[in-house]
Amino acid sequence: MRSSKISSKIWIYVLLLVGVVISIAPFYWMIVGSTLKSGEIFHIPPKILPGDHLAENFKSFNDSLGIVKIFWNSLFIAVVFTVLSTLICSMAGYAFAKFRFRGRNLIFFVILCSLMIPYQVTLIPLFEMMVSFNWLNTYQAIILPSLASPFAIYLMRQNMKAVPDSLIEASRVDGAGELRIFFTVILPVVRPALAAVSIFLFMSQWNSLIWPLITLNSKEMFTLPVALSSLIGMARIDYGQVMLGTALSTIPIMIIFLLMQKHFISGILGGSVKE
Amino acid sequence: MELKGDGSEAQFSSPSIQQEVCIQIVRGVSMAQPEKIISTAADYRVNVKKRKTLITPKSAPYFFIGPSLILIIIFTIYPVLSSFILSFQEVRGAEKTFVGFANYTRLFHDPVFYKSLSNTFQILIVQVPIMLFISLLIAVGLHSSLVRFKAFFRIAYFMPAITALVAASMVFMILLDEHFGLVNYLLSLIGLEPIHWLTSPFWAKVSVIVVMTWRWTGYNMVIFLAGLQAIPKELYEAASIDGASKIKQFFLITIPQLKPVFIFTVVMSTIGTLQLFDEPFILTQGGPNSATMTITLYLYETGFKYFEFGYASAIAYVLVIIIAVISWIQMKWVGDLEE
Repeated sequence: MRSSKISSKIWIYVLLLVGVVISIAPFYWMIVGSTLKSGEIFHIPPKILPGDHLAENFKSFNDSLGIVKIFWNSLFIAVVFTVLSTLICSMAGYAFAKFRFRGRNLIFFVILCSLMIPYQVTLIPLFEMMVSFNWLNTYQAIILPSLASPFAIYLMRQNMKAVPDSLIEASRVDGAGELRIFFTVILPVVRPALAAVSIFLFMSQWNSLIWPLITLNSKEMFTLPVALSSLIGMARIDYGQVMLGTALSTIPIMIIFLLMQKHFISGILGGSVKE
Repeated sequence: MELKGDGSEAQFSSPSIQQEVCIQIVRGVSMAQPEKIISTAADYRVNVKKRKTLITPKSAPYFFIGPSLILIIIFTIYPVLSSFILSFQEVRGAEKTFVGFANYTRLFHDPVFYKSLSNTFQILIVQVPIMLFISLLIAVGLHSSLVRFKAFFRIAYFMPAITALVAASMVFMILLDEHFGLVNYLLSLIGLEPIHWLTSPFWAKVSVIVVMTWRWTGYNMVIFLAGLQAIPKELYEAASIDGASKIKQFFLITIPQLKPVFIFTVVMSTIGTLQLFDEPFILTQGGPNSATMTITLYLYETGFKYFEFGYASAIAYVLVIIIAVISWIQMKWVGDLEE
């Protein structure tokens, strides 16, 4: 009985560790690959230790596509988007959670509907709109259309519902204005939800491919995913650059993840998991 | 006394203003010029009132919801309606002509569209069950009292879910390279022939499934794990007392209790798979011979490679209908089980 328990324990660990290796190995390889020459990446047997080609990969990536500018584009878009979107979505969530007003149910229904509509339907008219605004290759073309995220609004509404009404009433009696109540009373209380929502929004923008791919066609405006996908289209793919690009797109998110994984997990799961 | 009454009536907007008035009173200005203090208080009252007329508790919700609502109307509602109209039009440059159901009839005779539909469903039917099964298995393993270092395992398994699909697909594109990829190298070590991962129609689909499974298994695992942790321990205790074996407990308690979580993961994975784009776009560009062409990839090519906006809109609307119908069936199926 006892030995069977130990052996089953060993089996569980072995299987779990195999899974861990499968999950983690591509990350390791991504980082090693970014330090190798294009040819070395396809070396047999495979190189598993870092090489010395990182600086060269960086330089050639910067010469061909301007990696610094691209990284900046991605970062700027994702940060501005996250800040603005978190703000307006929590404002809307607050209105739904704590106010009764004419049209509330109708507006909420509209938002729930837009939550369920696949984004593909909007691509073509949005593209036409961007053309007519003359917004192709601009930051606002990427940031504005997805700013009001129905998902984030819904999530903030759920979280703000839990804030006691008495807190708001008390502040009103003290004479605080509505804006002041929102910023100094409500937002601090729902900080964990704010963290989760902003991580969700940041991730979705940082990693998004199809919309930037459609709206950005000049190299200087590329985001990282678009730049990566453009490397594939080249006649001779430089795999050293490819690996460096994937590493650059993954490492910032990985750092945020390791620093605040609890908020991160609940953020990415979109509040479907309560911890 | 009089002052105090006046003050509370004015509803000072913050304690600091009250303090300020008090300080003035203490300074002895009060005795000399009582009118001035009263008028100061009145000024505050006016100020407070003025600010309140801008955003009152009545108008506040509209102010809070305004930005989101305007953005949703411009960037979601309008495009959804416009796309519907477009799907009945032919677009040539700036010129749009109504063609009735022509786009839809063309769609129902389009072999590539059928191919993309069947590819998407093949991937769906194979990938979602495999992934959810592995996710559940890992979650049950991690939940077991035998396993320690749960936090480490959870982080490790969740890691793939943070990567961009583009990055994941590119790494796998290199790993699965036919001649020099690591995967075929490992297979050769155990004496297997190299597999044409990205160049044979069958294996190209498998490759897409591999990437999707790598990317999403940990994500679903964490959802299952949370579901497992939410099952009341008393249920298991009671079952043990009744003499139910661990396996029996798993099927009679764990599985039924996990049902809502299961539904959630099935519906979400299905919707996600029906919208599949990034992985085939990077890994195989829909090839070889359209073997990994998906609905969204076909929509992208029609719309933004050939600029057939009307036809692409028709594809988008068919996708909407498919997603709506399948989600509805899944929900209804679950609802029937519930009864």
